[in-house]
Amino acid sequence: MMDTLQQLFGPLWPVVWTLAKIVAIVAPIMGAVAYLTLAERKVIGYMQVRIGPNRVGYYGLLQPVADGLKLLFKEIILPTAANKFLFLLAPVLVLAPALAAWAVVPFDFDMVLANVDAGLLYILAMTSVGVYGVIIAGWASNSKYAFLGSLRSAAQIVSYEIAMGFALVGVLMAANSLNLGKIVMAQQGGFWEWYWLPLFPLFVVYFIAAVAETNRAPFDVAEGESEIVAGFHVEYSGMAFAVFFLAEYANMILVATLAALMFLGGWLSPVPFLPDGFPWLAIKVAGLLFLFLWFRATFPRYRYDQIMRLGWKVFIPVTLVWIVVIGAFMQTPLGYLFH
Amino acid sequence: MLENYFPILLFILVGLGVGVAPIVLGKVVAPHRPDSEKNSPYECGFEAFEDARMKFDVRYYLVAILFILFDLEIAFLFPWAVVLKEIGLFGFVSMMVFLGILVVGFIYEWMKGALEWE
Repeated sequence: MMDTLQQLFGPLWPVVWTLAKIVAIVAPIMGAVAYLTLAERKVIGYMQVRIGPNRVGYYGLLQPVADGLKLLFKEIILPTAANKFLFLLAPVLVLAPALAAWAVVPFDFDMVLANVDAGLLYILAMTSVGVYGVIIAGWASNSKYAFLGSLRSAAQIVSYEIAMGFALVGVLMAANSLNLGKIVMAQQGGFWEWYWLPLFPLFVVYFIAAVAETNRAPFDVAEGESEIVAGFHVEYSGMAFAVFFLAEYANMILVATLAALMFLGGWLSPVPFLPDGFPWLAIKVAGLLFLFLWFRATFPRYRYDQIMRLGWKVFIPVTLVWIVVIGAFMQTPLGYLFH
Repeated sequence: MLENYFPILLFILVGLGVGVAPIVLGKVVAPHRPDSEKNSPYECGFEAFEDARMKFDVRYYLVAILFILFDLEIAFLFPWAVVLKEIGLFGFVSMMVFLGILVVGFIYEWMKGALEWE
């Protein structure tokens, strides 16, 4: 079967085979995004003693499909004042890096599309591109709310990116590699060997910064429905809005997966008597995503000055100090504590 | 070595495609009935009363500049962190000197109030 396919495509075979693998990664992610939106509404519903969507299909299971179809048949409004090309480019620029980053994410031992040694650097580069989409969206809309929203959002994203980057430096010091697969393998030995324990302050900073990076509650001032009505995507409608929406949820899944890989041992089993494997990664990612939803149902929104203070005056000093602590310990015989 | 990066290039192209496809599909399938009120910038029902590209707070510039400084610092820290075990005490001390200089700058901007948002 494989051989006949190979003969059919001839020299193009590697491209076709890679494309097939990419589809096998992207399709489940899009499915997960669709059902994460439903899970969010259900979880927040139950936390507020409601039952959430329950009309479309059993238990509302077809709700994401209905939402998608509804958005598909809505007009894409192009405001007369907007720069048409940039206006339509912006959502693509937000979604594409959120998907492209998955190229180096390992799902199991040796189960990764591109096993490159600069993996983490590539992910950091890709997730940084997303902020361009936000700025372009706010600028191209030529609307005051969109402009203010994009300024706030961009300043918030870059501020927390610094804290996130410092947290990653700690992981690199412990693992001695930028390759995500090697970072996971460096955490072998069960629950107490995972990096959440020796790098605990960095784990906490990383996760909170991830919530802020994805503009999720309680850091969602960029949306601020009560003051700037939806921030940078106020002028977007129909599928152009849907792409922004997909990107937000795809980014949530991405940062949750990265947190699971770097601090919670990825696909490794927490106890020695159970085998390692992909289900462990799925469980960890699902748990972290549940935290995202729980935060949104629980915490009131931060004020903008509080967000900036937390990012610059708390997270950056904490991560800097912990990097120095790890570095100093690695010079002593106690260095094995950080592997 | 470089062929390892080919799937990444392909993945970026697929990512762009996944972003473009729904918008094109929406353009084709959805109705298109422009009207001057609908296409005017949203301002809670009022007529837009001045250019949307207005003056904005200088602190956003400041955040951008500080971001570049610190992001560059992270770019320097990445390779250092990967090989720290091999370069030992000498590597550690040299990076601490570098970090120390940056921390002095950080304290200066903190004291100057560059990080205040009231």
